[in-house]
Amino acid sequence: MKRGMAATAALILLSLAACATDEPAATPSDSSSAPAAGTGEQSKFFVQADYDNELALLDAAPTGPADKPWEQVLNPKMVDTAKFKKAGPHKICFSNAALNNPWRQVGFKTMQAEVEAQGDRIKEFVHVDAEGKDQKQIADINDLLGKGCDALIVSPNTTATLTPAVEAACKADLPVVVFDRGVDTDCPVTFINPIGGYGFGHVGAEFVSQRMKPGGKVLALRILPGVDVLETRWSAAKVVFDKAQVDVVGVEFTDGDPAKTKKIVNDYIQRHGTIDGVWMDAGAVAVAAVEAFQDAGQPVPPINGEDQLDFLKLWKDEGLTAIAPTYPTYQWRTPIIAALRILDGQQVSAPWKLPQPTITQENLDSYLDPEMPPLHYAMCGCTDLPGYPQRWK
Amino acid sequence: MRLVQRRPLPSRLARVRSGGLLPLIAILAVLLVLITVRQPDFMAPPSLMSFLGRSAPLILLAAGQYFVIVSGEFDLSVGSLVTAQVVVAARLIDSDPSRTWPVVLVLLAGGLLVGLVNGLITTRLRVPSFITTLGMFLILVGAVYLWSNGAPKGGLSEEFRRFGRRAFEDVPGLGRIPYALVILLVLATLAVLLMRSDFGRVLVAVGDNPRTAELSGARVHRTRTIAFMLSGLAAAVAAILIGGYSGVSFQAGAGLEFGAITAVVLGGVALGGGRGSVVGAMLGALTLELLFTLMNFYGVSGALRPTVQGAIILFAVAVSTRRSTSR
Repeated sequence: MKRGMAATAALILLSLAACATDEPAATPSDSSSAPAAGTGEQSKFFVQADYDNELALLDAAPTGPADKPWEQVLNPKMVDTAKFKKAGPHKICFSNAALNNPWRQVGFKTMQAEVEAQGDRIKEFVHVDAEGKDQKQIADINDLLGKGCDALIVSPNTTATLTPAVEAACKADLPVVVFDRGVDTDCPVTFINPIGGYGFGHVGAEFVSQRMKPGGKVLALRILPGVDVLETRWSAAKVVFDKAQVDVVGVEFTDGDPAKTKKIVNDYIQRHGTIDGVWMDAGAVAVAAVEAFQDAGQPVPPINGEDQLDFLKLWKDEGLTAIAPTYPTYQWRTPIIAALRILDGQQVSAPWKLPQPTITQENLDSYLDPEMPPLHYAMCGCTDLPGYPQRWK
Repeated sequence: MRLVQRRPLPSRLARVRSGGLLPLIAILAVLLVLITVRQPDFMAPPSLMSFLGRSAPLILLAAGQYFVIVSGEFDLSVGSLVTAQVVVAARLIDSDPSRTWPVVLVLLAGGLLVGLVNGLITTRLRVPSFITTLGMFLILVGAVYLWSNGAPKGGLSEEFRRFGRRAFEDVPGLGRIPYALVILLVLATLAVLLMRSDFGRVLVAVGDNPRTAELSGARVHRTRTIAFMLSGLAAAVAAILIGGYSGVSFQAGAGLEFGAITAVVLGGVALGGGRGSVVGAMLGALTLELLFTLMNFYGVSGALRPTVQGAIILFAVAVSTRRSTSR
């Protein structure tokens, strides 16, 4: 009897183990090619023209108020919106892809604060969270079309799947504003986002490859494969590393998880003795990577993070050689501003390219506010908004 | 308990000691030799100490899982329990050092409580422990997401993190001894003492043959419930160490339940209960960690780890099934 039980138990266990390991779709099969060093083949998402364009935008001068980067535009192309002109106050609806990471949490709070700041012009703000599910967001957008919204803001969960839903919304008689991730259609009035992933990846990789010893060993840490905004970051970094002829000893996926990151970095330190540079496609786990070096008793090599305060604080306290390209959360203010301008019949730029500042050693102090929580994003552009700082704590 | 002593139960402890650990120690030795060949530095005190410190959580979880498995049950909830505890700790501490110790107590109590619920549902409601703890696993995963809106909030204080991160520095001869290793040694000693006490004997007897144990006067339900509580407690301590080591993370405990079960099986403990020692289970965890380290040194991706664990479970069960038919 016991034998049967043990065998059944083992069977169930194994099937469960299989489920558990399948689940994070992010677990990449291509990371098993770890021994094969180098940067590998260029990402399928790489588009040379977009890459050239973004790198040019890094040096472009923005138009608009200098102290309000969320209202600035790079290379504006104004479009007419007179046909959407309408008397206020307005009902603005927002279909949100998800709130499932600190970046989106900070961003959404910033957007809510912007709505509050524009309170006399907005009578109602409807927010629907798709919880990271394409199907739910398609249904959400469809529902919102029947709710009498004066303008619809969409932050799409994935590009291709949400395109038909956004196209359907464009056919309804209201202005549609898309931001953050894009869709494969020009039908929205405007698409708002910062310069983008190529710019982000390029800035970090340039810094790391210039500051480390020539030909040294670089570890590239990525969150997960197959997401356009992250693929572009890596593909731009790959171009830099290939050109600089550094030795990329590993490209690993962390799932954005500090525990996994620390283990991976620790594995590489053990395997290679030293690592001379760390590049990351997002800053969420930068602190974990730094800690892995500290706990191994090694100096922290040149590294890039993002504008999360835990990293900025560690950078300052430990005197790291670091840089923080950003994907600014202040872009969550812009869709509200854009929607109101469109409803006023004012011209807006389409696309609306926002500047994408970089935090460097020189301006680090101006972004480091020790009073804010560790997962807050410094580039929120929210200090002038109602409820600051309590709302973001 | 006195009742139990008067009617001695068929204890298999002696038999396990005679043969059970030798193959495992042989595997351990081979792994150590292979690692030393590849990376001689590994055996130097600093790296060895930090390896043992990092392995402490899995070893503790293996000990906790051992109590449950040897009593004839399973605990699949420990991984998600670790994650839940780390996320809860971060939210409760919220980077305030003065809350460190109260939160540590809350976590330990929480671990015991989850174990108690697992035990009561399994024994009183007669739900198979696979289902009970799988349900608990899912409940905890869902609850953590709901409570945190899908993104961890707050932060762990340095005081909390030191248990998993810091060490006694400048120890003569050894360099630094991680706090995690000291905590592990203390708890491992307690686990061994517990298994040598009356409770330990009853626990093994309950797993070997619950009917006989019950007829001999053992309180099967209570014993198994305590085993679940010990597993919950081990998960709480592991959560403190893991949270300390790597900080707030939604995947802090991901897959640890399978790691612990693999370690226990590798340590010669029979799935289904009644055979094996807690020392074996803990050495099994150490062996598993060594195996992963070896794989890393040879450049094998971490993605293969679940596959290796699966193969070990299959192989170990096949071997133990052959053994039990021949007896």
